[in-house]
Amino acid sequence: MNYIMPCVFALIIVYGLIKKVKVFDVFVNGAKDGIKTMYNIAPTLIGLIVSVEMLKSSGALDMLCDFVSPVTQFLGFPKELLPLALLRPVSGGGSTALLTQTLKDNGPDSFVSRCACVIAGATETTFYAITVYFSAIKKTKIRHTLFASLMADFTAIVFSVLCVNLFF
Amino acid sequence: MFNLAKGGNNLLSYIFVFMVVVSIICSFFTGSGEVLSQSMMDGASSAVELLFMMSGMMCLWSGVMEVARESKLTEKVSMLFAPLLRLLFKDAHKNEKAFSYICMNISANLLGLGNAATPLGINAMKEMNVGLGEDEVSDDMVTFVVMNTASLQLLPTTVAVLRSSYGCKTPFDIIFCVWITSVVALFVGLFFAKTMCRGKRI
Repeated sequence: MNYIMPCVFALIIVYGLIKKVKVFDVFVNGAKDGIKTMYNIAPTLIGLIVSVEMLKSSGALDMLCDFVSPVTQFLGFPKELLPLALLRPVSGGGSTALLTQTLKDNGPDSFVSRCACVIAGATETTFYAITVYFSAIKKTKIRHTLFASLMADFTAIVFSVLCVNLFF
Repeated sequence: MFNLAKGGNNLLSYIFVFMVVVSIICSFFTGSGEVLSQSMMDGASSAVELLFMMSGMMCLWSGVMEVARESKLTEKVSMLFAPLLRLLFKDAHKNEKAFSYICMNISANLLGLGNAATPLGINAMKEMNVGLGEDEVSDDMVTFVVMNTASLQLLPTTVAVLRSSYGCKTPFDIIFCVWITSVVALFVGLFFAKTMCRGKRI
């Protein structure tokens, strides 16, 4: 498992070299886009991390978690993941802020953090994607798109916990 | 994919304001006013800290993925999925242009090239829209958007970058969980997308 990252890295650049791509030049150009991405997300992330941090320090987040904990406990779902599960389909930046908090509070290798990462990796910002694609062709009706997408998100949340339980 | 830049819609404004107001009201009752103002400063500086910790890995992966795109590795991957996608898009695969956009969009998503996937996806929607009425949405469009909202990703790089920035030595050890979870979620999404469209086309 430790070799996944280095091997994919090597595979892609070796393939590039075989295909006579100026690997390093292209890499440098692409890496610049990485900086641009960071620059673009910085304001979003700062705003949302501050508000999540406030929510947490005021005790509101704990209250919410405690409030729903009977239900989540019944389902065997860690209550710390609930805010993330609720925010994930709505806001990419907001869920990053929550994911960051989870990683920071529980450590990156904890059960909760692993689940949170799987949720984040296996779902999309559903509302955003639907808005972008349907507004691009100026449709106001979306039929059952939202329902099907939200069912997929719900499945992902349930399965993330099952999977992490199984593998770790 | 897990795109951080997303969420420019108005809903986010409401969530943002809601979170701040609820925090203040809540801290009135719990008497945590002092911690509250501290948490604002902590939040802002930890966000910047995080950005710095992430940027190195972020640039690295952006660079590597650019090499994958330039060497046409991305297109190779999209060829692999064409037979599968042909089964899913019963009408759209007859439209050569729409189908190739669909393939490229899905493979860009698979490789985590979110920024490349969106424009391709919009083109796919435009091609599928040809010949349809103003408020007509085809079954294939629903299938396509549902596929885009269920993220299928070979390498969840952003999540891995976040994990490693908090000191994780093996950030990709969750990869099988991510694969299984997203495949199952995708199946559920497609199941509802396909079964609910029988017969009716609004």
